[in-house]
Parts: sequence; C-alpha cells; structure tokens
Amino acid sequence: MKETQRVLRRAKKEEAFVRHLFFVFSLVAIFTTLGIIGMLFFESFLFFRKVNVLPFLTDTQWTPLFYEQHFGILPLLCGTLLTTGIAVLVAAPLGILIAIFLSEYATPRTRNICKPILEVLAGVPTVVYGYFALLFVTPLLKRVIPSLAGFNALSPGIVMGIMILPLVSSLSEDAMHAVPQSLREAGYALGSTKFEVATKIVFPAAFSGVTASFILALSRAIGETMLVTIAAGSMPQLTLNPLVPVMTMTAFIATVSLGDVPAGTLEYQTIFAVGLVLFLFTFFLNLIARRLRQRFREVYQ
Amino acid sequence: MKSALGTDMLLVWKRQKEKVFLVLATLALLFSLVVLFTLIIDAFLDGLPRLNLKFLTSFPSRKPEEAGILPAMVGSIYVTVLTTLFAIPLGVGSAVYLEVYAPKNRLSAAIESSIATLGGVPSIIYGMLGLELFARVLQLGRSLLTGALTLALLVLPIVIVSTRESLRAVPQSLWEAALALGATRWQALKDQILPVAFPGILTGIILTVSRAIGEAAPLIMIGALTYVAFLPRGVLSPFTTLPIQIFNWVSRPQKAFHANAAAGIIVLLAITLSLNALSIVLRNRLEKRAPRTL
Repeated sequence: MKETQRVLRRAKKEEAFVRHLFFVFSLVAIFTTLGIIGMLFFESFLFFRKVNVLPFLTDTQWTPLFYEQHFGILPLLCGTLLTTGIAVLVAAPLGILIAIFLSEYATPRTRNICKPILEVLAGVPTVVYGYFALLFVTPLLKRVIPSLAGFNALSPGIVMGIMILPLVSSLSEDAMHAVPQSLREAGYALGSTKFEVATKIVFPAAFSGVTASFILALSRAIGETMLVTIAAGSMPQLTLNPLVPVMTMTAFIATVSLGDVPAGTLEYQTIFAVGLVLFLFTFFLNLIARRLRQRFREVYQ
Repeated sequence: MKSALGTDMLLVWKRQKEKVFLVLATLALLFSLVVLFTLIIDAFLDGLPRLNLKFLTSFPSRKPEEAGILPAMVGSIYVTVLTTLFAIPLGVGSAVYLEVYAPKNRLSAAIESSIATLGGVPSIIYGMLGLELFARVLQLGRSLLTGALTLALLVLPIVIVSTRESLRAVPQSLWEAALALGATRWQALKDQILPVAFPGILTGIILTVSRAIGEAAPLIMIGALTYVAFLPRGVLSPFTTLPIQIFNWVSRPQKAFHANAAAGIIVLLAITLSLNALSIVLRNRLEKRAPRTL
C-alpha cells in the first residue's frame, strides 16, 4: 500500500516537473519575439536621434559609408522590390499551373513523385542559388541581353522565383485540395469539363488560399539574403531597370556586417534601422497571409 | 443540325484548351526539374576537378589551388550539433506543452502568435538578434556558441510546428487508453504517445538539421570569420562554416576561387540533399502506414 502511494506521488511530481519545464521552454518563443522587436526598435531609436525620419523615407540616395552621408532607404527598397517582383512574376504562374495540375489532374503516383522533387528545390541552400545565379544564369542571359551587367536584379530575381516556387505550388495545392468535392461534382453535373471545373470552380474557390501563398512567397523573397548579396551587387540605385546592379535591404545589412562595425556607431545603428523596415514588411505580409488562410479555413470547414 | 455542329465545335475547342493547359503544366514541372539538374550538373562540372582528399583536409589559403574546406566542415558539424542540442529539447518541449498542457488563456495565445510571427522573420534578423544579444550583451563574442544559439532560435518554430503536427497525428484512442489506466499525462506521453509520434518528429528534426547546415546569412551577421586557419577549440572559439566559406570564394573575382566554391557546393549539396531525401523517404513510409494505425 505504502509502495503504491510512493509510486503515485513520484508520478505526480514528475508530471508537475515536466509541465513546468515545458512551460518555461515555450516561453522562449515569446522572449525571442520580444527580443527581436525590442532590439530593432531600440537601435533604430538611437539611429533616428541622429538621422531624421523624413529624409530616411524620402531621400533618393543611400550612401551611409561615404563622406557625404545620405540615408534615404528608397534605393534599397527599390532593389528589394525589383528582385522580389521578378521572383513573384516567375513563381506565380508556374506555381499555379503546377498546383492545379497536382491537385486536379495528377494521379496519386505522379503527385508522390513531383512533390518531393519540388521540396528538394526548397531545400537547396541559398548560397548555392547565389552561385548559380551569378556564374550560370547571368552569363546565360548575357548571350540574349548583351547589355546585362555582371551584377543585376534580373538573374537573382529569376533564380529566387525558382527558389520560392515550391512554397507557392505546395500552399496553393493545399488550398485547392481543401475545396469540397461537392463543388466539383456540381460543376460536372452541369456538364463542365475537368478544365472548366479546375479553372472556374476550384481556382476561384481557393483564391484566398492561393493569394496567401503568393504573399508568403513574397515575404520569403524579401527576407532572402545570400542570393541577392552574391548576384545582385552592392550599388544602391533608385532604378527599375533590372539589367544594372542594385542593392537590397538584406544585402546592405549583410555587406555592412562583413566589415567589423563597432557597436554604438551610426553605421551599426543603420543596419538596425534597415532591419526594422525589413521586419515590418515581412511581419505585415505574414499577418495578411495568415488572415487570408484563416478565412479560407472558416469557409470550408 | 447547325446548333449540334456548333456544340461539337465548342467541345473540340474545350478539349484543345485542356490539352494546352496540360502541356503548359507539364512544361512548368519539367522546367523546375531541369533547373534543379542544371544547378547540380553546373556545380559538378565546375567543382569536380577540385574535389579531392586534399581539398577536404586543407585549410583555406590565399592560393586557390592549395585551399581546402577542413575548418569549414568541422565548424559546420560543431554548429549543427550544438544547434540541434539546443533546439530539439526546446522545440519538442514547447510543442508538447502547447498540445497537451497549455490552458486556454491569453498567455497561451501569446505563445501561439509568437511562434507564428517567428516563422516569418527573415533569417538575417535572427542574425542581428544573435549579434546584439549573444555576442554583445551576453559577451559570448563571435563564437561557436553564439552561432549555435542564434541558429537554434531560427529553427525553433520549425521544430515546434512539425512536432505538433506529429503529436496531433497520434490517434486520440491511445491517449484515452493510457489515461483510463491511470497514467499521468507525462507517463502517457513518455511511454505511448512520443514513441508513436517519434518518426514524424524525427522527419522534422532532419529537415531542421538540413536547414541549419545550409544557413549562412545569420552567421555572417554575428561575424563568423571568413578566414579561419584553425579548427575550433571549444564552444567559445571563432569558427567558419561551409556556406560561409563558399560565399567567401564566390565573392572573389578570380576564377580559380569559383572552382573552389563549386567544389564546396558539391559537398554541401551532398549533405543537405541526402538529408532531404532521407526525410522524404521517412515521411512517405509514415504516410503509407498511417491507415493501419487507426
């Protein structure tokens, strides 16, 4: 009897210990989030005490390391927009085609072969994509477009599109897969072909999910660093020309930190100000995507 | 008759559209396949001549033909092992807490939304956190430990999400049976639930390891040295990793260094792609077996 009580007491103690320990573990996520937000705002606050917000947002030059300093983030934003815009232009149509095919046409066997291959594309390290963009795609494109510079937005943009393609196709496919079978059958009963059901019923029904996949892919592309640091160059320019070198926000942060920047200096604080802008962009894009997917789930469950 | 002919034409036209779509979709799939193979073949063509035992066992050098990836490989192994040591207990523990113990309150909701937020934060921002928090405030410097802690925070959301999915896939009846026999929740977890969920959790962990090995941006932020002519001595030692060494070689103008980068890429791809393949095989076997457990 006593023995049983002892075992029970020990089990209860263990249970309480584990519960408390795992609770503390799960707090790490909150502290990390608070840490990221806190650090970005704190260092940016120090930055904006030296540099006004207005020129930061409107100045068309970004030369923080020159003698005549300009802190206009527009050229960096422009570089980011250009590379990510090209990436989404590549990934969206390809992703939708693949998603419709996998969700509506492919046999389970085909799907089981295709999806892992796409996932492998997502598992390639980004430095490898950078190498590929700089030393394979750019020379290849140069044969077609002789005026293309060695560093440019076009080539990393295209490669980035391929990098985010699995994200678009798999999330879009999930969304299409979740469309109730009854909707498809209603379409067939009205005499629709498979293609009409796919494009006029399933696709519109899954539209918010598909849009969410684009937004998530865009957010991923905005935060991508190595690919653009290697292949897009380091020349902040306010241009929409994809053939010339540009600099993205992420490339700026990476390039500055390659040199040994002492903490507390304006240069050091600059990367946090740019980091804050980067964070805000990705944060709101993710928030929108999450809302869209939630709404999608509510409709069909 | 006329309208019947019209309907016929319409049907033909519809079939044509369908065919065009199927051709385009196949082309899109083929395109991604071709890109993947081109990328691998390109790396092999450029790097295979450089890939030999000496390359794997040499230190970096100013002379490209003498340079090797030994410290980078050792550094990658150390960082990855340390990262998983931190991330797995934290991630699996958090996942268990959220799935099993968490009460429905505002704190739990805050944890949930933190994890969702963290999943979307660019990796370079984790690097900035590592630089500020671990390297500066905690005074760990630009060490292996700083790198591993930074990467652990980066992969934490991935571990949590994949572990929760595996836990959710365990049939509810298993829980009920264990609890009905008087087990505490931890006893049920330890002896029944976690063993069943283990292959799924392992799949997530393998993907996490693959991600950690390939990650470069956050480590550049914390200043992982790009020229390291020694092996790490202990967790507070400076270090370099394979992706950083590759980045260093790609960014040089000399062609000979590009060949080194390609050779490094072959090694990196061999590691990450086989890890990816392993996780896919594991998951496919799981998916096939899933109905039987019901």
